Amino acid sequence: MSRGSLLLKVELRSNPETLCIVRNALGQLAQTFGFSETDCRAVVLAVDEALTNIIRHAYQGKPEQPIEVSFRRIQAARDGVLKPALEIVVEDRGAAVDTTKLCGRPLDDVRSGGLGLHFMRESMDAVEFRRRWHRNQLRMVKLLHGAQPEKGS
Amino acid sequence: MLQISARYLDQTTILDVSGDIDLASSPELRKALLRELRELRIPRVVLNLKAVKYVDSSGVASLVEALKASRDLGSRLILFGLNSAVREVLQLSKLLKIFEIAETEEQAVAP
Repeated sequence: MSRGSLLLKVELRSNPETLCIVRNALGQLAQTFGFSETDCRAVVLAVDEALTNIIRHAYQGKPEQPIEVSFRRIQAARDGVLKPALEIVVEDRGAAVDTTKLCGRPLDDVRSGGLGLHFMRESMDAVEFRRRWHRNQLRMVKLLHGAQPEKGS
Repeated sequence: MLQISARYLDQTTILDVSGDIDLASSPELRKALLRELRELRIPRVVLNLKAVKYVDSSGVASLVEALKASRDLGSRLILFGLNSAVREVLQLSKLLKIFEIAETEEQAVAP
């Protein structure tokens, strides 16, 4: 399977101050990719929440820890049709994510916290976690709606 | 960078906020809101979000905490000036309806 074409790869540290830099760069990338204004904001929100979760939970607030983010143009299937999409992979070397606890929370429960994963799932077309080689890997995909589809094989 | 400045009217504080509310800056917003509500016991705190370009889940969490504090104390927290980005995030959180939201500052400070 083709891994798509790499658009951007970023290595950053687990410092909250870096989040605004990533958001600005990603906003530009998403706009150039062809996303609508609303979808640009959705992609930026999802990545920002992913990084926030890594800083808070995987690294437990410890600064200067490594995070890698890569952005690829891929073709993703939707209803048997291949569509252009943006694939975002975020990797960290922090504590393992307990995937059994990644179920979000009832949104009628009015309280602080626990919204990040919900925002990611609502903003993106696919969100997948896995642990590989002592790293947490989060893969997110956003389809480019309105783009000319290619017939799937 | 987040900037917060306060204006004081009769029984009301208006907090003018500008910049992004994210993991780095939301503690500052939380502190400012809770100071007005818990320490100064202001009966009505109005949050002007006109110049806020971005808010994340930690920002929403700060707003929820301030809302709970206001309910506990019998005071009011009113938001106004929500742009598309802020409104979308509050809608996504399904928490938009729990906040008291005004369209303008005049509405927010009306008796």
